[in-house]
Amino acid sequence: MTATKETQTPQFANLIAPGHSACMGCGELLAARLVLQAVGPNVIIVQATGCMEVTTTKYPESAWEVPWIHSLFDNVGAVAAGIEMALRAMGKEGSAKIIAQGGDGALADIGFGPLSGMWERGHNVMTVCYDNEAYMNTGIQRSGLTPFAARTSTSPPGKQSFGNWLPKKDMVEIARAHGLPYVATASPAYPRDLMRKAKKAAEVQGPSYLQLLVPCPLGWGFGSSDTINIGKLAIQSGLYPMVEFENGELVGWMRVPSKRPTVEEYLSKQVRFRHLAGEKAKDQVARIQAIADANIARFKLDQPPPRPAKAAGSE
Amino acid sequence: MKITHDLAAQPGTSRQNLTGSWRVTVPKFLQEKCTNCQMCALSCPEGCVTGEEKKYQADLAYCKGCGICAAACPVGDIVMQLEEK
Amino acid sequence: MPAGRILEGSAAVAEAVRLCRPHVVAAYPITPQTHIVENLAQMVADGRIACEFTNVESEFAAASVVLGASAAGARAYTASSSQGILLMTEVLYNISGLRLPVVLTCVNRAISAPLNIWNDQQDSVSMRDSGWMQFYAEDPQEALDLHICAFKIAEDQRVLLPAMVCMDGFLLTHCYEPVEIPEQEAVDKFLPPRVPLHALDPQHPMTLGAYADPSYYMEHRYIVNRAMLSSHDVIAETAASFEQALGRPIRPFIERYRMEGATRALIAMGSISAVIKDAVDERRERGEAVGLVRIVTLRPFPGQELAEALAGVERIAVLEKAISVGAAGPLVAEVRDALYRHAAPVISGFVIGLGGRDVTTASIHRVLDRLEGPAGDNLFVDLRPELIGELAPSLQREWETA
Repeated sequence: MTATKETQTPQFANLIAPGHSACMGCGELLAARLVLQAVGPNVIIVQATGCMEVTTTKYPESAWEVPWIHSLFDNVGAVAAGIEMALRAMGKEGSAKIIAQGGDGALADIGFGPLSGMWERGHNVMTVCYDNEAYMNTGIQRSGLTPFAARTSTSPPGKQSFGNWLPKKDMVEIARAHGLPYVATASPAYPRDLMRKAKKAAEVQGPSYLQLLVPCPLGWGFGSSDTINIGKLAIQSGLYPMVEFENGELVGWMRVPSKRPTVEEYLSKQVRFRHLAGEKAKDQVARIQAIADANIARFKLDQPPPRPAKAAGSE
Repeated sequence: MKITHDLAAQPGTSRQNLTGSWRVTVPKFLQEKCTNCQMCALSCPEGCVTGEEKKYQADLAYCKGCGICAAACPVGDIVMQLEEK
Repeated sequence: MPAGRILEGSAAVAEAVRLCRPHVVAAYPITPQTHIVENLAQMVADGRIACEFTNVESEFAAASVVLGASAAGARAYTASSSQGILLMTEVLYNISGLRLPVVLTCVNRAISAPLNIWNDQQDSVSMRDSGWMQFYAEDPQEALDLHICAFKIAEDQRVLLPAMVCMDGFLLTHCYEPVEIPEQEAVDKFLPPRVPLHALDPQHPMTLGAYADPSYYMEHRYIVNRAMLSSHDVIAETAASFEQALGRPIRPFIERYRMEGATRALIAMGSISAVIKDAVDERRERGEAVGLVRIVTLRPFPGQELAEALAGVERIAVLEKAISVGAAGPLVAEVRDALYRHAAPVISGFVIGLGGRDVTTASIHRVLDRLEGPAGDNLFVDLRPELIGELAPSLQREWETA
């Protein structure tokens, strides 16, 4: 396939310099690079505490080539709102796109209140959630976005447990309920789709939300070269839908292949689901398959989307 | 370098960490079947794959040898090899 | 000619904030601070103040919003009390660590549990370690003046620390007193636009809030502490130039009231000083050498000023509207420390007015009478012992009250 005009630049802008200490094959840093590639250098990043923050900003070094601030784990929504207000008050509105970003723990759990407040007040801030489905920086603990039956250090399988017994919190639906003009999921597994959506999210004059499925080699338990492939399996099985909402309406999705992978193919490749192998976990695997099937029905993932969103498997 | 007021850090100063020292395997860009899709450049977490016109390479000062570029190349034009030191 | 008006204390503070031209104001209601932000909201609605004003979802958000605004280079302000101050605790430490010159009004109110909306100073006193300068107003005029000074001192590039202006809830916020409101022109000359050290700006990208491992953290804390200690001179300078520019004296650090030849001294902060001054007058009329040293600036702690003011005093009663549960009161401990290397007078720590318990001149006379006895701590003034149940017999002993 041919590269599009936007992506044909031989030297990518690389607004996150190399030399950071993210793990080999880190999906999160890859995703962040792609977001910045799409949105450009006129940004102000508000970062939550987490993997990305510690691997890129160990004083006196920083990998960020753009203005960047880290305050706390739980306040990116409010800090971003303050920056937005300041720019407007100082007559600099539009001089930079404000990106509030962090992991699933930071945005869906501890920082949820301020995020909701920022969204409700309609601030012109793009929120990006790097969803690696656990508190990775602190050693793989369960978050509100940890999927059903996943092993984490605080939801380990054992004699009386098959791992995380709670469902994944639907942040996309919550974002929609706040009336955000643009809400989408994406993944570095499909980099061009991610960049397209990041650009769209940045163009919104108001709040937008991008939730990125970000496979984590260390936390999920797979080889560092499999980051993209694992992401594709999550998406193609229907377990993690790639969807786009404009003003609350589903306007695009990534279609799953007609012979889509079973969730088992996805689960079996990760240590965090290894305990689901075999007969005794048959019911849990069936429940996970049901989640994927429900997603497909809910978002029409087996049908062609109305807009030119890439079909899964075409890259 | 003295701390005077706040701990503001300068942009891009992570470059002094040559993370290439992490590497066990190194990507070899065969440059035989490349279709210029740029997936290697797009899928590198370090952003150290650059190039043009079917000639891409990894910046070995930073390449951590994760192997994503090799896995992402649709025509298998990148091969991970055990690096000889 | 500055305008003199009778205003509610909260309204006086709102006027001060307006005159300082903040870019960003974050508002969240909590009694008894709410009138301040309500006044500001009305000013915004009437176009009397040009700022970005937002009603946020919590005090934690209010502090975070002003943090972000200040990091972007703007002048930012918010106000809170009690539970709100505690809720924003981690943001307060973050703001000072990031060296952002935010100004915040702490309308002093007691802390839950039990819930109590009335005045004491536990909230701001609990934040004395947070790296914020702290100023305590005796009356609405001083509160107004201190806010204007606070912005100037905080933004001074030799300081770059946030400032908390404390005023007693209800007692100062809901009373009506005559205040002189300075002219905008005079304030503009005294307080020019902020020049930030670093600001979030794509033209000059910087990384703010990097993490500091053991190789760097301690040095940064040293610098923050040094900045606070050095702010002493900037505070003195600012007070002098305030008097010159706005024609009204402002007392940095402490106020001495009838301390000439005093052998007995009371130490206190905030509006209680007005009651104490009445009691001091009564004692002086009886020929007793009693005076008051009112602490205006709690941080940086005015140890030197205190030691000088208390030279020759034999007995000192420190009255505070806060406790440190299980130890001597926060203020008395710091006073004792300040005097440690000087002559050692008898110092007793009194706890007074918690949760809005009324303070009268009779209370102060009781304190002065008790001061003649042996030194003590946690002497609760005007307690109602009849309400207090008994301890387990094995723990029972004499617990003194005043």
